[in-house]
Amino acid sequence: MRDIAVISFAQTPMRRAVPELNEVEMLMPAIHGAMEQVDMTIDDIGFTCSGSTDYLAGVGFSFVSTLDGVGPWPPIQESHVEMDGAWALYEAWVKLQLGEIDTALIYSYAKSSPGDLPMVLTRQLDPITVAPLWADSVSLAALQARALLDAGKATEADLAEVAARSRRSALDNPNAQLAWDRPADDLLADGYHIAPLRKSDCAPITDGAAIILAAGGVARSRSIDRLDPRHRPHRADPPPRRIRDLTVSESTRTAAANAGVADGPVDGRAAAPFTTRAHPARRDRPRRRRHDPARRAMRSGASR
Amino acid sequence: MAEISLPASLQDVEPVRSVRTPAQLDYTFTAGDATTRFLNGITQKKIIGQQATPQSKVYVPPRGADPELGAATPIEVEVAQVHRHPLVLRGQRRLLRRSSGPGSAASALISSVAPTCRSCTSSRRSPPTRCGSACGSKTVAERRRRHRSHPPSIKWFRPGGEPDDPNVHIPGRTTARAWAPPWVGGVAPTEALIRLRSEGGQA
Repeated sequence: MRDIAVISFAQTPMRRAVPELNEVEMLMPAIHGAMEQVDMTIDDIGFTCSGSTDYLAGVGFSFVSTLDGVGPWPPIQESHVEMDGAWALYEAWVKLQLGEIDTALIYSYAKSSPGDLPMVLTRQLDPITVAPLWADSVSLAALQARALLDAGKATEADLAEVAARSRRSALDNPNAQLAWDRPADDLLADGYHIAPLRKSDCAPITDGAAIILAAGGVARSRSIDRLDPRHRPHRADPPPRRIRDLTVSESTRTAAANAGVADGPVDGRAAAPFTTRAHPARRDRPRRRRHDPARRAMRSGASR
Repeated sequence: MAEISLPASLQDVEPVRSVRTPAQLDYTFTAGDATTRFLNGITQKKIIGQQATPQSKVYVPPRGADPELGAATPIEVEVAQVHRHPLVLRGQRRLLRRSSGPGSAASALISSVAPTCRSCTSSRRSPPTRCGSACGSKTVAERRRRHRSHPPSIKWFRPGGEPDDPNVHIPGRTTARAWAPPWVGGVAPTEALIRLRSEGGQA
């Protein structure tokens, strides 16, 4: 395995809506920031990979116009995934492992504000059996939360604890949209958003972008993080609603097992849009190191 | 397709062969800074391109980034009035003056800048072919007023069929058209010439 490092990271301020800029205008300052940190230009980048979802902004092929922000002419080697930044990072990581390239620019962005996000996300569901129900993302998460509570694997206090901890860590990030320090008991006094979820259990709808520069064969002194191969394998749970137990995430269990933390004490956390998917009662979540702004931000950029 | 054996309880049920699932999502479109400035120019009857540096290419309509430099395009260039375009200006005046001849110079300029700029010639509502003949029924003042109050519509635009004007110069471009290589021999082909070539004749 080749040693891959994150050598630069930048993100835009995460905001509820960025109405004055289009996607490429929102993204460009962060790309420039990430490049300037290591004094590189697009000519120094071997591969560019972006992750976004056109449905969020409602503009078909919007990722093509955002690519203009990196200066892709004359033609560069690039790719786009209709996914989150973590998946784009994985594609770049594979290419770096293959030795085809030495440097990669990975960016992820979303303008989630132009549409009704929970409704927009219904289009990701099975188009024949589930999408016609217009079951929105928050309601589906609430279903999962209900299953989790009924199975006795978590309590509402557990979920509130996850929310309180996550928002408290957000205080460290000046770009975070929501950051506050409230005790979990206080959160439990809030009313339900979609029962049994409170607003504090849900990710805020966010416009923003995050950029990572990754490189192989870089001295440790120059890297701000290492991409540990144990964390890289990418798995997904099956999306159809009836073929799996909603209280178990087999993909995270496998990932944790591969990372060697399936049974041990876990000092990290899952990056997830709902507290149900990151609460501490489950040991089957992926390990994330506590101070890992890069990975966390790549997820929050997509704001599912 | 493989045979499917249904359980007994479903034996007599009519199979579902297709489903229709209508879907609609509403969005608030964000034009962004660069395109907003361009559209504001359109309401003033101006085609305003943008460039990142004084030396770089001018983009019309601007989308926010120069793909060669990966940079924002803050410099505004009014495409129709730079670099002494007697032909372009004449064309614009003719357009306002009920130009009914084939080949309005303004539409030639506009079609050779970028496809979407055709919106400028097409805010007239009457359906027929080219802007010159279509805009004849309104007074200049009325058309100006309409142009200010409405965003331009491309609904009624139809290509007129005339060849592009080879004398149009686009700032930052060395070729006559924005998206084509230089003409063979430096001469713009006419429609008649193209027809002749396609039929195997010699120019």
